[in-house]
Amino acid sequence: MTVRVGVITFPGTLDDRDTQRAVRVAGLEAVPLWHRDKDLKQVDAVVLPGGFSYGDYLRAGAISRFSPVMESVIGQAKAGMPVLGICNGFQVLTETHLLPGAMLRNNHLHFICRDQKLRVENAETAWTRSYEQGQEINIPLKNIDGRYVADERVLDELEAEGRVVFRYRDVNPNGSLRDIAGITNEAGNVVGLMPHPEHAVEPLIGTGRTDGLGFFTSILKKLVDA
Amino acid sequence: MARVVVDVMLKPEILDPQGQAVQRALPRLGFEGISDVRQGKRFELEVEGPVDDAALARIREIAETFLANTVIEDFDVRIEADQADSAALAAKAES
Repeated sequence: MTVRVGVITFPGTLDDRDTQRAVRVAGLEAVPLWHRDKDLKQVDAVVLPGGFSYGDYLRAGAISRFSPVMESVIGQAKAGMPVLGICNGFQVLTETHLLPGAMLRNNHLHFICRDQKLRVENAETAWTRSYEQGQEINIPLKNIDGRYVADERVLDELEAEGRVVFRYRDVNPNGSLRDIAGITNEAGNVVGLMPHPEHAVEPLIGTGRTDGLGFFTSILKKLVDA
Repeated sequence: MARVVVDVMLKPEILDPQGQAVQRALPRLGFEGISDVRQGKRFELEVEGPVDDAALARIREIAETFLANTVIEDFDVRIEADQADSAALAAKAES
């Protein structure tokens, strides 16, 4: 069976090509989706890649939320389709309220671009089942609006329900509350994170490891098991 | 044409490093006595037709769903007296 993974391009998206490539490296079919299309072309899962959609005007991810393609994505995500938001894609997912909380300017106000260690806190989501609980991975991080915030009640709820999927290790690069790098929704089909797994799927590039590949092989597992 | 102003500010409990950077720069520029700065956004909306309750309700909806992210921000909507009105008021005050 061929698993079809849609990769959305908004005006200002940067990492759509890398994401399509990562999808193919994992043995899946990449289906480009355009922000004006309501039609999701019968994909089995969707990735919202990083970049600066709509120039990040107003707030990162705020305008993308109202694009035709997102209307379809929101409906499908609520019906259980796996959705992954990377960096700007994570920001879009918080703006659509598919994921709780919000992203703000890094506490030190600098753009960061570095290799970042993460701890996998939940290896049961649609996008993390190729990893092991507690596993450490090292993938690139590059952003300026990466500070995850939510109120204490929401943070406690996320922790209690195991919905913190990734935590920063060694250093908290942006002031994210409770070192949170990625989270999931209640059903575990929608995941958002700031670092970039799609840049670490081949030994030649990224961190020199393939720690990001597991996101894309997870989705294969998930859909074949289903 | 009337103008409605929407001010959007980070909620008080949310850290504002941009405001802090501005505050820290003040003494270096010779401005003393400012203990805190918070930075926000101001939107000026030119409204077609009268700004009645219905128009204001619509603008509050715009502010709540789009201009502000109420997870992290508060907003305030107010009508700005247009220049003609201001001129009339000024003339009245002088007479």
